[in-house]
Amino acid sequence: MSVEIWTYVLVGITFAVYLYIGYYNRVRDTRGFYVAGQGVPAIANGAATGADWMSAASFISMAGLISFMGYDGTVYLMGWTGGYVLLALLLAPYLRKFGKYTVPDFVGDRYYSSTARLVAAIAAIFVSMTYVAGQMRGVGVVFSRFLGVPITWGVVIGMCIVAFFAILGGMKGITWTQVAQYFVLISAFMIPAVALAWTLTGNPIPQLSFTFSDIVPRLNQIQVDLGFTEYTQPFSNKSMIDVFCITLALMVGTAGLPHIIVRFYTVRSVRAARYSAFWALFFITLLYTTAPALAAFARYNLINSIHGKTVTEIQELDWAVSWEETGLLGFEDKNGNGIIEMTPDTTTSEIKVDRDIIVLSTPEVAGLAPWVIALVAAGGLAAALSTAAGLLLVISSSFAHDIYTRLINPKASEAKRLLVGRFTILGGIIVAGYFGINPPGFVAEVVAFAFGFAAASFFPVILLGIFDKRTNKEGAIAGMLVGLGFTGFYIIGNRFFGMPAFFFDISAQGIGAVGMVFNLVTAFVVSRLTPPPPQEIQDMVESIRSPKGAGQATHA
Amino acid sequence: MREYWKKNQILIAVLLTIWAIVSFGFSIFGARALYSIKIGSLPMSFWWAQQGSMFVFVILIFVYARVMDKLDKKYGVEEGDE
Repeated sequence: MSVEIWTYVLVGITFAVYLYIGYYNRVRDTRGFYVAGQGVPAIANGAATGADWMSAASFISMAGLISFMGYDGTVYLMGWTGGYVLLALLLAPYLRKFGKYTVPDFVGDRYYSSTARLVAAIAAIFVSMTYVAGQMRGVGVVFSRFLGVPITWGVVIGMCIVAFFAILGGMKGITWTQVAQYFVLISAFMIPAVALAWTLTGNPIPQLSFTFSDIVPRLNQIQVDLGFTEYTQPFSNKSMIDVFCITLALMVGTAGLPHIIVRFYTVRSVRAARYSAFWALFFITLLYTTAPALAAFARYNLINSIHGKTVTEIQELDWAVSWEETGLLGFEDKNGNGIIEMTPDTTTSEIKVDRDIIVLSTPEVAGLAPWVIALVAAGGLAAALSTAAGLLLVISSSFAHDIYTRLINPKASEAKRLLVGRFTILGGIIVAGYFGINPPGFVAEVVAFAFGFAAASFFPVILLGIFDKRTNKEGAIAGMLVGLGFTGFYIIGNRFFGMPAFFFDISAQGIGAVGMVFNLVTAFVVSRLTPPPPQEIQDMVESIRSPKGAGQATHA
Repeated sequence: MREYWKKNQILIAVLLTIWAIVSFGFSIFGARALYSIKIGSLPMSFWWAQQGSMFVFVILIFVYARVMDKLDKKYGVEEGDE
């Protein structure tokens, strides 16, 4: 069977499974719709969090990014895993004990303020919306690359699938679909990586062959011979302080992203929240420790099979020809000596590589069967759809629960609340689909903004809300304004108006770490200068610190 | 309850110190200093940055969940069976 038929078969089967799971888990009340009835087992929630977290970008682009950044790629590896330690130790268990539906619920209740609730809801919608547009685009790209379907139709198909299980099943449907999607995406990532490790080093475990084989030293040698720095050389693209700030901003941003936090509201108990953070990071780390191995192997393999070869020799490689057709791989004998050569200077280098090719081409490069290539397509779709669904639920709950039910119409009946929730998911899908078809040119900038935003707003306010009883409404609002104001000003100025990175040369990606510190300090100081929070709020903080009685938490 | 919370905070401080040492210490600020030492065939700081620190993160969360189970029991704040 050809790759295309295999792809139709595997994508068809996985989609049918997602639809079935969505139908089977349809819900009838808002508690099921927003927090899956708080009945998700720790390990299942861990797998769902993994799928929720690992987006089209983690699956398709991250290994490629690392392969071009070398050592400095650690900003993504540590930045997108280290935040789970903060989440597990500082936030998740207490938010589960608090036991309502959303992040703005906590901010609004803890700081006894509708303004704080509204600001948090708008921030959650903004952060999630910027993210979800990229996921819909990812769905369209996978469809067009593997099946030749136009991007627009790919996006529309993706929208229909997500709409079905998210509207019908809410958080419950999304959770169990994500569990299935995790297994699709992790096998799609691991099978080619294991095969490539086996072919290159004779050791099938990528983490071990990465550490103990001689591939990386050989890659270092090749890089030096070609005039690059060593692959493992630190800070060849970014300064040390910038690597530190980006890593910290991504870690703290991860811990502050509403669609991740809300996953920990869905488990049965405080204890389950702690263990499900462990399972989540375990499942994520499986992919995240494989990615750097894949990055180095694929780079080595690519340079080795193309550099210094003649044009006719390269044209004998089937995968090189088929990827040249997609435009992701290019080779041109610019100096006319009959040999293709790679150099650090892009104007003279005769090899052009798109970073997405690192993951997408691995099965072909390793000479795997067509069904593995089809599996990678299904994996990319699983990664994009699961993340999109999680984000859409946050958009829906922020609007329908935090803004509509809590602020506009508190007397709405249960049935009406559920209906509004379903309609806002539909609205979110349509807007996300629109941006997937017509992507705004600034998506990359906006993602940096999403992390900086989450780091400088949610994380410090939630952290102080749990660990510092004295933090009051005035402190929290002032802190959020200073954190968001500084981070927003810096990113927008730097990315859009050519403002120099004046703060110790820290890039826009890393500035959220500084915004977070400003937020923390401001909130702390302002709280000390203004009256303490009311007694009942202090009692509430006391109660979320104890796991006892999480099952009976009330639901407003 | 006061004592329970104090112990929880100490545990968090200890685990986050380890978290900071492996990620920021070994992998970023110590990147050049640990470069010439090898783990397998990789420079030690590179191994910490792209493998080791992530393994440590997973272990830290597991240890936290385990120790908190014990603390919850000891101070009688564990949840009932659900």
